[in-house]
Amino acid sequence: MTLNRRTLMIAASLTAAAFVAAPANAQKQYGPGASDKEIKIGNINPYSGPASAYGTIGKAIGAYFDKINDEGGINGRKIKYITLDDGYSPPKAVEQARRLVEAEQVLLLFQSLGTPSNTAIQAYMNEKKVPQLFVATGATKWNDPKNFPWTMGWQPNYQTEARIYAKHILQNVKDPKIAVLFQNDDYGKDYLDGLKEGLGAQASKLIVAMKSYETSDPTVDSQVVALMNSGANVFINITTPKFASQAIRKVHDLGWKPAHYLNNVSASVSTVLKPAGLEKATGIITSSYHMDPTDPQWQSGKAYQDWLAWMKKYYSAGDVASTFNVYGYSVAQTLVQVLKQCGDNLTRENVMRQAANLKNFQVPMLLPGISITTGPDDFAPIEQMRLQKFDGNIWVLFGEVLSPEGS
Amino acid sequence: MTQLTQQILSGVATGAIYASLALALVMIHQATESVNFAQGEMAMFSTYIAWSLVQVGTPFWIAFVLTVVISFIGGVLIERIIVRPVENAPVLSHVIVFIGLLVIFSAVAGWIFTYTVKQFPSPFPTKPLLGGAVTGHDLGVIGVTFVMLILLFLFFRFTPLGLAMRAAAQNPESARLVGIRVGWMLAIGWGLAAAVGAVAGIMVAPILFLDPHMMSGVLLYAFAAALLGGISSPGGAVLGGLIVGVLENLVGTYLIASELKLTMALALIIIVLVVKPSGLFGAHAVKRV
Repeated sequence: MTLNRRTLMIAASLTAAAFVAAPANAQKQYGPGASDKEIKIGNINPYSGPASAYGTIGKAIGAYFDKINDEGGINGRKIKYITLDDGYSPPKAVEQARRLVEAEQVLLLFQSLGTPSNTAIQAYMNEKKVPQLFVATGATKWNDPKNFPWTMGWQPNYQTEARIYAKHILQNVKDPKIAVLFQNDDYGKDYLDGLKEGLGAQASKLIVAMKSYETSDPTVDSQVVALMNSGANVFINITTPKFASQAIRKVHDLGWKPAHYLNNVSASVSTVLKPAGLEKATGIITSSYHMDPTDPQWQSGKAYQDWLAWMKKYYSAGDVASTFNVYGYSVAQTLVQVLKQCGDNLTRENVMRQAANLKNFQVPMLLPGISITTGPDDFAPIEQMRLQKFDGNIWVLFGEVLSPEGS
Repeated sequence: MTQLTQQILSGVATGAIYASLALALVMIHQATESVNFAQGEMAMFSTYIAWSLVQVGTPFWIAFVLTVVISFIGGVLIERIIVRPVENAPVLSHVIVFIGLLVIFSAVAGWIFTYTVKQFPSPFPTKPLLGGAVTGHDLGVIGVTFVMLILLFLFFRFTPLGLAMRAAAQNPESARLVGIRVGWMLAIGWGLAAAVGAVAGIMVAPILFLDPHMMSGVLLYAFAAALLGGISSPGGAVLGGLIVGVLENLVGTYLIASELKLTMALALIIIVLVVKPSGLFGAHAVKRV
């Protein structure tokens, strides 16, 4: 290559550019919503409407950020948390997502809640290239980095959990005849799909009865009666808290004694098992990944004590019996870790890169042995669960830590 | 015991739930000639009052009576403060006010008492009976519903106040001419409906568990029950409730998938309105023009 004036000029300007760019790289980089002083984080929660029980998660997250801000923020930057209500309505979620992205210019959207709402905004968030991080739903579809590189789940998905039960049934119940009660929506059907997959080719033979209910049904008594009469010896209970309590009570009252598997959604001792009657819930099996704050076995530990101290100081209006407040606390800790890892490079690209770069991150209120790991091809932060059986008083963990690949 | 018997018994137990709220709907309709969509949420709120009283150590039956009295006063106040100003407005305005009340009660209950599901004590033995198809509490609910039914019947049929209330609702002008204070009759009607709703709420809470959405599903079935039996007939409403409860179970188990249970209740409402608007036992509404 001959040196002429033109190539020299290009070479010189490239070198100059490199010199200018290099220090800037090592210094600070900001995407929308981030600055020297603050990081703007958007959130959408159902504070009103049919799913308003989950609203406490959004409040708990805010309360945890208050604590972080009181302690000086993340790398010196305060978190500005903007949380909006969508009433669990997908069209409203779209409106709120646009408001957060376009008017408020948040760095990222965090923990938007509900499968329908997140489904509604997923295409928009990915088109705008704004992180839709750690969405609050257990649907399986959030782990899809190829098609949706800006969306990531957090909790173990429903299919993983259902496969764990399927495996346990096949190994431990002799001649299983399975009856399933499920909520008639995406959540219930996701579990059902996982269950069928876990049971394998014989699924349609092993499942002898399926009954669904709508959230508008006052009771599920009739469904439970029908399931018992199918002659099943295994009962899989895919219900939300109130219906779980009703089903547990009815199974017991009918004198039906199946191997009873209850989905993690309703594993709370104080809000599900106690209303049903602890003696009626004895022997039920579930799987879990985080501690139940009402379970006495955790209450003397440091993790619980720290959580309780935070609840008392920053979220005194919240219910210390609610697992949702454990959930909000733990997921907020995960985001804080991601932002810490981002350092001074607070661009949307780097947020996703760091979210996909969590290595064995320990969250105190998760069960012993369970940690968070992600990667560029692994957008499922928590994939491990542990089986536990209710002894009439507490959930007793048994078996090892289970994960879809390892088990 | 066969599944058929179990489903019927279980349907009767659920039907009693619908019947108890349907009675409150009949009450408000008898007293005001309108249907209050917030009746279920008001009953839910009353139940929270009872729950709070029980939590602070009030014996059950005292809490029960106190709640009924508080609910009566609350119902009267709602009529005086919120419903009165729109008294002469078109029906659509009333509907909007009722829906507004529904949303307000639901949200305020969530705000004060949180959405965590709460257990509610039962005054009856909760022992399962007849192979678990019903519990002692279910029988208690049926009993209380019938007692309420008899009281309402006696009240409207044999007391001067009941007669005056019916007159005030059906023909306000004439009632006023014979010296009935129509405004107060409406207020007392609201109070009584709230009180009946409170009883319903307290009776069903041990079965359904208490949360701010406890009554939202029940209300639709109660509407179906009240319409089926005849919205002007307390006895019809109770029988309607039991029929809806049993029918729902049988149809959901044997004929259609259980996901269509609610659809069945709504279809029932439409069929009754189209075929026999006065219901099975209701009096024909005759209006002189």
